[in-house]
Amino acid sequence: MTDSITISIDGVEIPAETHHTILEAADKAGIYIPRLCAYPGLKPNGSCRVCTVLVNGRPQTACTTPVMKGMVIQNETPELKRLRSNLIEMLFVEGNHYCMFCEKSGNCELQGMAYRLGIKTPHFPYLEPKREIDATHPDVLIDHNRCIFCGRCIQASKTFDGKNVFQYIGRTRNKKVGVNADDGLGETDFAATDRAAQVCPVGAILKKRVGFKIPIGKRIYDRSPIGSEIEVQPKDAGSAQ
Amino acid sequence: MSEFENTIHTICESYGGDRARMMDIVRDVHEKYGCCSGKAMNLIARGTGAHRVEVQSVVTFYAFYSEKPKGRVVIRLCNDIVDTMFGIEHVARAFSEELGIGFGETTADGRFTLEYTPCIGMSDQAPAALINEVVVTSLSSDSVRGIVRTLRESGDPQKLVRRLGDGNNAHKLVRAMVQNGLRKKGPVVFAEMESGNALRKALALSPVEVIRDIKTARLRGRGGAGFPAGMKWEFTRAADGDRKFVMCNADEGEPGTFKDRVILTERADLMLEGMAIAGYAIGAQEGIIYLRGEYAYLRKFLENVIENRRRDGFLGKDILGKKGFHFDVRIQLGAGAYVCGEETALISSCEGLRGDPKTRPPFPAQKGYLEQPTVVNNVETFCCVARILEKGPGWFVEMGSKGSPGTKVLSISGDCNSPGVYEFPMGVTMAEVLREAGADDVQAVQVGGPSREIVGPEGFERVICFDDLATGGAIVILNSSRNITEMARKYMDFFVEESCGYCTPCRVGNVLMMKKLEDILDGKGQLSDLDYLHDLAETVKTASRCGLGQASPNPILTTLERFRPFYEKLLRTHPKNFDPSFDLRAAVAEAEGLVGRKSAAIET
Repeated sequence: MTDSITISIDGVEIPAETHHTILEAADKAGIYIPRLCAYPGLKPNGSCRVCTVLVNGRPQTACTTPVMKGMVIQNETPELKRLRSNLIEMLFVEGNHYCMFCEKSGNCELQGMAYRLGIKTPHFPYLEPKREIDATHPDVLIDHNRCIFCGRCIQASKTFDGKNVFQYIGRTRNKKVGVNADDGLGETDFAATDRAAQVCPVGAILKKRVGFKIPIGKRIYDRSPIGSEIEVQPKDAGSAQ
Repeated sequence: MSEFENTIHTICESYGGDRARMMDIVRDVHEKYGCCSGKAMNLIARGTGAHRVEVQSVVTFYAFYSEKPKGRVVIRLCNDIVDTMFGIEHVARAFSEELGIGFGETTADGRFTLEYTPCIGMSDQAPAALINEVVVTSLSSDSVRGIVRTLRESGDPQKLVRRLGDGNNAHKLVRAMVQNGLRKKGPVVFAEMESGNALRKALALSPVEVIRDIKTARLRGRGGAGFPAGMKWEFTRAADGDRKFVMCNADEGEPGTFKDRVILTERADLMLEGMAIAGYAIGAQEGIIYLRGEYAYLRKFLENVIENRRRDGFLGKDILGKKGFHFDVRIQLGAGAYVCGEETALISSCEGLRGDPKTRPPFPAQKGYLEQPTVVNNVETFCCVARILEKGPGWFVEMGSKGSPGTKVLSISGDCNSPGVYEFPMGVTMAEVLREAGADDVQAVQVGGPSREIVGPEGFERVICFDDLATGGAIVILNSSRNITEMARKYMDFFVEESCGYCTPCRVGNVLMMKKLEDILDGKGQLSDLDYLHDLAETVKTASRCGLGQASPNPILTTLERFRPFYEKLLRTHPKNFDPSFDLRAAVAEAEGLVGRKSAAIET
């Protein structure tokens, strides 16, 4: 059973149902809250923290917080924009992200988010970690250099595919997405048709032999900025500046 | 089946093939083989119905577990700030020289591994080390030679224990050289106790009345956060669940904290009495003590205390003749992960998972261990519970301050004449604490560990309580010779190493703050760096998922606030857009190597 309630986001009253998270309610109402790890149909991880909003003045992730009657939510404040920019920059400098020759460029949610938030180049120093590429699978490769630890592939493999191909291994800076095998993705039951192969927001899980099929310039976020698929009145890419 | 397969199969079977017991299974495999190899992980996966990568995710999370073989003797030297203050570098060098290996390495013969580990709860007898499970205290470079000789000859770390510590440290099931250093006994935790007194009084009341007493006593969690215990219990009691659980957080990992170690050694009965009362109050039949891996040397002793309490009717079925009140306790050992002191991470660990904190809501009171309503309280909190039931809430609120009644057990270490454990009434001033500890030259005090704050002399009239100087128990005293910025660096390093890595701000933000701090200490800082640090700290504090991340900028923030001149004297003003941390020579070094000549453009 669900009950309809009302919450407010940046002063706008929107309807919500009690089984919704703040993110789901906002999406339905055409209000975009930036996010990277959340994915429709998957249990929210709350790991990227980009969807942090203020709920009655307290920071909470919109993807994990259930709505409650009368919640007053702030989404577009200068402080939250600053916080999100910092988080996005952290993800850029933590890995090795070379947009100019990444197959995901234009379809990449991390890159899209950077454009939306008006980030031209990170003001943090690059950490330049040494990370591996796992090309053992015949149809799919994992480039750990680009992984942002959103956990979508882990959840999707369990929830959508009924498999258990991925899990985090290690901790702190040495954390990475591990695969369910002694020696690489090729030994697992992973298939290119798995939903887990489609959900990566960045270029960490890529299908082989289809690179650059769609030319740069004609990709998802080349056409319209990230979030415009949700917003009632899409912003143009420059408006965030 | 090979013998290896057989052994691992038997280990899994001994825990009913239950994957929620993964911590114990992996631990047993380690005890047998010194590591948990890929082959072992495959077998554990088979024996528990888990996936290999899930086993690997656990093995690779905890510092005391390893996929790769380690030495038969693993020496873990504690490199906490207090150990540093008391000459750890000489001890470290001596170990390295005697063994012929560096830290993080294993001798070629596979006998020894040398590592650093964060605070092991022995700050009042630093420098200290864990050698396998044996605690070795008050180390010096001289004693290291004898230690290595003994270990080479016998291979048995227990042989290092020649003089036993005081109290139960000398108990036949402990046999440790650890000293209690119990310098001030208060009326709540360290007063004499008789088992059963509190429990009997609790069982004469209804569970709701027990919770009412805890609320009337205004008991707040002693782990440091100070959440009202009665409220926690009420939520848990009210929550729906097939089973309910009482968990005791004995994972004190906050650097400089060691009071729970002494409570566990001397007042385990009081703590267990409090746990049983909690079980009665919330309607739980099962309790778990999450004991930090560093305190594994207390495990057999504690199991014996539990066994004795079963025998005496304080645990088990129909406790003290109360029909239908069943409650029993088991010990879950941790394996070297500070974050597991965070209550939801602790629950994850007990469930046989990585020690990642959980998403809240739901809170443990609603969905905790195995998704069932769970109360998690600190060792000391359970002692307070028992005493409140024994002597009444009125007696308890007579002590301490209005917002924080009762006493607080402090672990005092660093630059003072009498380091050790003290039970003070809440509301005691820092000046009084320092006076009793015999600290006369005090530049600063780190209160509550790196998660809390550093206090200079202007703050010594502040009081220990949850509304002013909140602390889980750590008090580290620094005299005027100590370098405050260097201390901040070490504490940041601690958070970098102990972050679980789950969320972006804590995993990356702490590394970035640490790097900037290192630049500043290297003389490559500029004034604008302080704004940069504040901005980063704000993001990490606001956006982090759990208390660890939210507190992790504090070593920098509180030293910046109260010891700013230490930073300012290291900083210079540079022309706009000049980055003094950029090392041009280092940047071109690789290219110079490739072309085989020096770059002409760089002046030397």
